[in-house]
Amino acid sequence: MLSAIIALSILAAVFGLLLGYAAIRFKVKSDPMVDKIDALLPQTQCGQCTYPGCRPYAQAIANGEADINQCPPGGETTIIALADLLGRDPKPLNAENGVQENVKTVAVIDEKICIGCTLCIQACPVDAILGAAKQMHTVIASECTGCELCLPPCPVDCIEMVPVGTDINNWKWPFPEETDQQEKTA
Amino acid sequence: MRRLFQFHGGVHLKEHKKDAMSQPVQAARMPKQLVLPLQQHIGAPAEAIVTAGDKVSKGQLIARPGSAISAPVHASSSGTVAAISEHPVSHPSHLNAPCIIIDTDGEDRWCTDRHPVANYHELPPEKIREHIRDAGIVGMGGAGFPAHIKLNPDDHVVDTLILNGAECEPYITCDEMLLRERALEVIAGLRIMRYALQAKRCIIGIENNKAVAFHVLQEQVRNTGADFIEVIQVPTVYPTGGEKQLIRVLTGKEVPAGGLPLDIGVVCHNVGTAYAVYRAIELAEPLISRYVTIAGSVAHARNLEVLIGTPVIDLIEECGGNRNTLSRVILGGPMMGTALHNVTAPVTKTTNCILVNSTVGDVPLPSRDKHAMPCIRCGNCAIACPIDLLPQQLYWYARAKDFDKVQDYHLFDCIECGCCDYVCPSQIPLVHYFRYAKTEIWAQQHEKTLADIARERHQFREQRLERDKREKQERHKKKRAALKPAGNAASKEDEAKKAAIQAAMDRAKTKRESNGIEPKNTQSLTAEQQQKINEADARRAELKNSPTNKQDVQRDLLQDNNP
Ligand code: SF4
Ligand code: SF4
Ligand code: SF4
Ligand code: SF4
Repeated sequence: MLSAIIALSILAAVFGLLLGYAAIRFKVKSDPMVDKIDALLPQTQCGQCTYPGCRPYAQAIANGEADINQCPPGGETTIIALADLLGRDPKPLNAENGVQENVKTVAVIDEKICIGCTLCIQACPVDAILGAAKQMHTVIASECTGCELCLPPCPVDCIEMVPVGTDINNWKWPFPEETDQQEKTA
Repeated sequence: MRRLFQFHGGVHLKEHKKDAMSQPVQAARMPKQLVLPLQQHIGAPAEAIVTAGDKVSKGQLIARPGSAISAPVHASSSGTVAAISEHPVSHPSHLNAPCIIIDTDGEDRWCTDRHPVANYHELPPEKIREHIRDAGIVGMGGAGFPAHIKLNPDDHVVDTLILNGAECEPYITCDEMLLRERALEVIAGLRIMRYALQAKRCIIGIENNKAVAFHVLQEQVRNTGADFIEVIQVPTVYPTGGEKQLIRVLTGKEVPAGGLPLDIGVVCHNVGTAYAVYRAIELAEPLISRYVTIAGSVAHARNLEVLIGTPVIDLIEECGGNRNTLSRVILGGPMMGTALHNVTAPVTKTTNCILVNSTVGDVPLPSRDKHAMPCIRCGNCAIACPIDLLPQQLYWYARAKDFDKVQDYHLFDCIECGCCDYVCPSQIPLVHYFRYAKTEIWAQQHEKTLADIARERHQFREQRLERDKREKQERHKKKRAALKPAGNAASKEDEAKKAAIQAAMDRAKTKRESNGIEPKNTQSLTAEQQQKINEADARRAELKNSPTNKQDVQRDLLQDNNP
């Protein structure tokens, strides 16, 4: 386990250096409009918008190829933000792309069943799954975006989406219950 | 006489303080069970270092700090760890939280390795802070920020250390009782804090409705000859006990919005915290008990010295409350307290008051929820707000869920004091709206951070895949390049063979020629034979273009050549 951690850390460090170098060496001038749109997208990287990730979708919106209502994870909030940015009218989410889930979920691998085939690692868009060939795999919950892309490839169906629980640290005050009188005039 | 300043707004409230101060403080009864939440402070929760079944003694460390901003937890009495599990705690969410539950053995046996500091002056200030951290001391006025962090001057010069004894909320009297009964110890704690901060001077601020406590304190300060300590009475206005308000009243300085008192050379601590510091340094007692006011609909309202972790219901019953007639129990005061959903929740380091409302003799409380009417824009809330905010605007935008606008109106400067709620003629639960907006904005910010992390990780992955592809291609190229010379080596053998065959054929040819032997079948052909040969040649020419039937061609050739 320890050696695996060390090996992974070294790998990460090496990749980091390589990436840093690549970022300087192959710097692509990014389109500021695409950046702005991308900043509003939820970065779930689920592909439900029919594009292979949030940035390609942002690019497609900037090019006028895609509409602003194709991202189910972002839902209404994202559509309104995009409409604001682009000076358009908000519209309801396109049902063809999916429905917005209200509860955030993260993938959890049943480690007793996992056969260590690494297929889920290859599917995860944010490298949130750890594991090596023939070893059990684990999802880093804090990094999982809940995109569900790892579910279909798993040959033994051992990945499940579980809702992120509420505890006293992430609990939110509910919107106050309003009385009829308040509604009427305000 | 020191010149005092005023803060904007505030409200005058009925005090309801007399009842609970009629008797001296005494130790509460030992509870059968102690429930110690791992999170009783601002910051990361503590991490339990005991397991169910462990025997623990009083003052023993049972959970260590979870990070730099955190606080340890100690066993408040001796006994056996029954479980580490989720238990009801005081929180507006009504959710359970992880707690260490101890079955007490009634012996109240202290742990043995305790090391009082004989003379704190001989230790450097950071060592004092370490002791205070290890004693698990947090701000005891309500917020619960780890005290050792607030005792670190951190490159600032601390001009004034203020000890907050204002205690401005109705019903609460634990600080006042502490000052009356333990003035010397509080002063001793204040001196240690001053040393840790290297503060120039100290002010103890106390509301002018606490005459007894004020005189006791003044006398004790005179007796100890600490000329750097001033005891000052401040006007009784709610919320003078707010940190920024008290600083304003005593020094005339404003803490910048979003800044810390330290930025203007001031640090403010609660009197209870000073008492805890004294006990930690001079007696080596970690923070395991505190003064708590039990007031409202109980037969004997009073203050008790309570072990941290004592269930609230035990204290209510000790003061003559009836568990069957309770309606609403509030931890803290009526203005800023939290309604308790389950009375088995424990007293924590920050619990100053248990306010009991029962169906018998309801305590009058400022209006909240249930009867809200539309805002009539009377402006009362803005007049009352001690921070000089515009609560009706905040309400407007929080209600419309316009979270940008609500921040433009300084939502995050709101201290949730409840003055606006209290004066609102329409009984709008303003603070509830503000809390709603705050937690929504925090959640949005959290989501934004998560999205940023996801974007970065996705980009990282894309680049990694891209690089992997490149590397794979390069590996293939290299492999091919490496294969070529190897291929030549393999064909060398073939070539050697070919050369041998060629040599043999050449030898045969020369032998034939030298022997004058000619193939006979191409000469002196009949016309018929010649025609057949010509036909065969034509076929061959034709077949040459379709090499699929090479074998046929060869067969034909053979036939032709060997009639
Ligand atoms: S649907 Fe939304 S979250 Fe999913 S990839 Fe497209 S833009 Fe990203
Ligand atoms: S795809 Fe399923 S079986 Fe394969 S490694 Fe992932 S979790 Fe394990
Ligand atoms: S609760 Fe906030 S807005 Fe209302 S009076 Fe207090 S500080 Fe002002
Ligand atoms: S006090 Fe109440 S009614 Fe008056 S302006 Fe403020 S929110 Fe409106």
